[in-house]
Amino acid sequence: MKQEKHSKLGSVLMHALLIFLSFLCLFFFYILIVNATRTHIDLQKGFSFLPGTNFIQNLKNVLNDANVPILNGILNSLIVSSGCAILSTYFSAMTAYGLYVYDFKLKKPAFMFIMMILVMPTQVCALGFLRLITNMHLDDTLYPLIIPAIASPAVFYFMYSYMQSNLPKDLVEAARIDGSGEFRTFNQVVFPILKPAIAVQAIFSFVGAWNNYFVPALVITTKTRQTLPIMIASLRSADFLKFDMGKVYMLILIAIVPIIIVYLFLSRFIIEGVTLGGVKE
Amino acid sequence: MKKSVPGRRGISYAKWGYIFILPFFVSFFVFSFFPLLDTIRYSFFEYYRSGLKQIGPNFVGMRNYLELLTTDLPKYAGNTFILWIIGFVPQIVVSLLLAQWFASARIKIHGKQFFKVVIYLPNLIMAAAFSMLFFTLFSDSGPINSFLVNHGITTEAVRFMATVGGTRGLVGLMNFLMWFGNTTIMLMAAIMGINPTLFEAAELDGCTNRQTFFKITLPLIRPILGYTLITSMIGGLQMFDVPQILTNGEGTPNRTSMTLIMYLNKHLASKNYGMAGALSVYLFIISAILCFLVYRMMNKET
Amino acid sequence: MKKLMSLLLALLMLLGTCAMAEGGVLNIWCWNDEFQSRFNDYYPNVAEVAADKSTTTLTDGTIVKWTINPNQDNNYQNKLDEALMAQADAADDDKIDIFLMEADYALKYVDADVDVAMPLSELGITEEDLADQYQYTRDIVTDANGEQRGTSWQAAPGLFAYRRSIAKDVLGTDDPTEVQAALSDWTKFADVAAKAKEKGYYMVSGYDDTFRTFSNNVSAPWVTGTTLTVDPNIVAWIEQTKEFTEQGYNHKSSLWGDTWTTDQGADGKVFGFFYSTWGINFTLVGNAGEAGFGDWAVCEGPQPYYWGGTWLAAARGTDNPELVKDVMLQLTCNKDIMKEMTLNESIQDYTNTVSGMQEIAEDPDFGSAFLGGQNHIALFSTVAPTIDMSNVSAYDQGCNEKIQTSFHDYFDGNVDFDTAKANFEMAIKELFPEITDIVWP
Repeated sequence: MKQEKHSKLGSVLMHALLIFLSFLCLFFFYILIVNATRTHIDLQKGFSFLPGTNFIQNLKNVLNDANVPILNGILNSLIVSSGCAILSTYFSAMTAYGLYVYDFKLKKPAFMFIMMILVMPTQVCALGFLRLITNMHLDDTLYPLIIPAIASPAVFYFMYSYMQSNLPKDLVEAARIDGSGEFRTFNQVVFPILKPAIAVQAIFSFVGAWNNYFVPALVITTKTRQTLPIMIASLRSADFLKFDMGKVYMLILIAIVPIIIVYLFLSRFIIEGVTLGGVKE
Repeated sequence: MKKSVPGRRGISYAKWGYIFILPFFVSFFVFSFFPLLDTIRYSFFEYYRSGLKQIGPNFVGMRNYLELLTTDLPKYAGNTFILWIIGFVPQIVVSLLLAQWFASARIKIHGKQFFKVVIYLPNLIMAAAFSMLFFTLFSDSGPINSFLVNHGITTEAVRFMATVGGTRGLVGLMNFLMWFGNTTIMLMAAIMGINPTLFEAAELDGCTNRQTFFKITLPLIRPILGYTLITSMIGGLQMFDVPQILTNGEGTPNRTSMTLIMYLNKHLASKNYGMAGALSVYLFIISAILCFLVYRMMNKET
Repeated sequence: MKKLMSLLLALLMLLGTCAMAEGGVLNIWCWNDEFQSRFNDYYPNVAEVAADKSTTTLTDGTIVKWTINPNQDNNYQNKLDEALMAQADAADDDKIDIFLMEADYALKYVDADVDVAMPLSELGITEEDLADQYQYTRDIVTDANGEQRGTSWQAAPGLFAYRRSIAKDVLGTDDPTEVQAALSDWTKFADVAAKAKEKGYYMVSGYDDTFRTFSNNVSAPWVTGTTLTVDPNIVAWIEQTKEFTEQGYNHKSSLWGDTWTTDQGADGKVFGFFYSTWGINFTLVGNAGEAGFGDWAVCEGPQPYYWGGTWLAAARGTDNPELVKDVMLQLTCNKDIMKEMTLNESIQDYTNTVSGMQEIAEDPDFGSAFLGGQNHIALFSTVAPTIDMSNVSAYDQGCNEKIQTSFHDYFDGNVDFDTAKANFEMAIKELFPEITDIVWP
């Protein structure tokens, strides 16, 4: 009986904390939406909890600004982000699998090496990277924003850790006895088990690439190849005559919509409780 | 962890190991390793831009390294650590709690789906946009201050960004809000990966939630926890965008929110490849040592 | 061998001159679309603007290609630097022909040794063509040898914009001449500040408001050789701002911050703002809103200064020197075109033509409703010739930014004077490794 009472209070506290955190999380979206409905002058006057009436006008202003080809921006961002998400998860899972399942001479050094590069700050080689892709004539293209995702040490490490927890090696052995080839085992037996991990890392990679400004700004010059964060930055560097915070907030809002859709889509894998294919029975 | 013995039936699978890890290493060597070598090489040179004029590269040996030792580097390392810990402690506690609640079949949460989806949302906003919103909220004439003054909590506006505690606190709060969902999702994925029969057995044996958590969940998700700790630590060491944008790159007040990467960025911004290179090498060494220690710690106990 | 080389070189140069025929693409680099819209609206030979604005076609078939890189994180300058350094190897149609720059870093590109911006004389633009420009706009883009290497269609003289109602309350008058008399030097300015304080007002909004009036009137450039000298006038700004802060004469805001903009709104309690041309016509009007109409006026303030402006430079290596010259002449030396820009309600640039601005200043019908009918052009045109920017250096942007941010901590009371000094020195050495000495007055 006592236990029951205790858990009731606990349940109230738990819900209170969840509601509070959700409020904090949603609050910022609310302000963002409110700000996107206000005029530049209203925004300058200070903060407001109530939406303005300039939503349609702000939207028109953004869509009609020929210097911000927003559809191109969304498309480019989608290409880069999906590319990064797919390459980083697939190849990292593959690499993790290679190091987890097989025994070979360079296994330990390879693992240590990846752990070493995991700690390398990205800023460190940005300028060398730029020089390299210029020499390869890949500057001002989307490739250098996507292909390097094949080597994502953090995603690798997550996959490796996940395999340690959730992938029994007997399973691989069993597949082999059934006559499955190594690649088939990976793609058809192991990959499904990794689904929750893949979904999680795909979301993270996607979001990371979507919001990245630093590298794309270095690489891309042509307007129609710009990703959304560069476009937001160009609106923010508009001259005093055209500087319009309403427009900036609107573009930020527009930039968030596709990523929320992608997130909601991918999060199903996590939320619906992908309680594992392989180990169930 | 028990080691199974795959591939001991006369066939060597070793070559498959190499094949599986090949794409990763090729991509890494092309896109990261050569630029990295450049960085290290330049750390021994005087090499910077003065306006559009290039100075160097002139070989100077260890001069850049020695010069960095005379700067406030330890202070920035301290700042980085403090800013990280302010965000990390609440983050890991809250995330573990939430992940446990969400993943447990026994705990009833109304609107569970909703909460699960919502917690990650702040991470979808760009750090730059997020900081802009924070600025307006916490500005001298912003809503937080009007609330404080109107309710008599303070007599006049709190100038958050002009105080050490205020700035650090805001950086910590932003990092917490941006990343706790991320950590929760990872931990949740780890917990959900645990064979459900273990929980069923625990329930049959009459374990309490708390016991199940400490005796079953925690040990089993240890690798992912280790991952969380290490990546968060690396993320902390590399903390940049939030304090950079919030303090306009200056780490104000009095450089108390200047992180290591912000300091690195100052040298990159002035195109000082020599100093930036040396600083990168230092950073690399610090991170490697820390990660090695944590990794050892995590694996020793098993 | 040597002979062969020189022969080859001569041959190459000959080929080079043969290929001097004008190129079909004019590349213009900028960080926003301000100049792009001026060009499309006012350059006489514009035939057609592409729907996405990425190109403009001229009547002779030349295509103007716009490359716009946002400024955030110094991105524009980074990209421009790389492109200029690769200019020699670029294909003709990829060579930059014109690039734009702001005053604070103009000298970096205008430098004679660097030689990325061509002297205007080399393009065939004469002293006569430039004679009607304000001298300070020419000084800013003049190299150490006295060669002008850039040109602007704007001038941005600054004034002190004050709230008439507060002036009446504090000084008993809102007449610009009388208010100016009360604010004509910094001692008087501080006296008025004390009176305003008594009545519950702030004299200025924040720490940075008066900075430009001090930094524009220094006695020597920030940097000569590898020595950085902090000018006595900069120290005067520090002392004044500290005093204003302690006395409660300012509202402790930062430029462009939320407090700063709301201070300009209907409920603001700040006497006035230092603003230049565009700042008054657009920023202040926007921030003040409807309620502000008629409640503002301008006067010269204690010292002349300028704020803002965009300059054009011809990139060394351009394959279209004739066209570049014509663009510069039409948009920055043609009085009629520039006057039109000034009179265009939606632009109102204060343009770089002394005689043209004089004509508008003398027009009795010209006046600003926002300023209660005052002819601000008249006031601008008296200030503009007195601005002296002969002491600019390539380091201005960095030095001005760093001195302000370093001393904010001092004004806030977080650090003492010496720590702020040390922080400034540290920031400078990070930014400019070549600076060896920093001298304080």
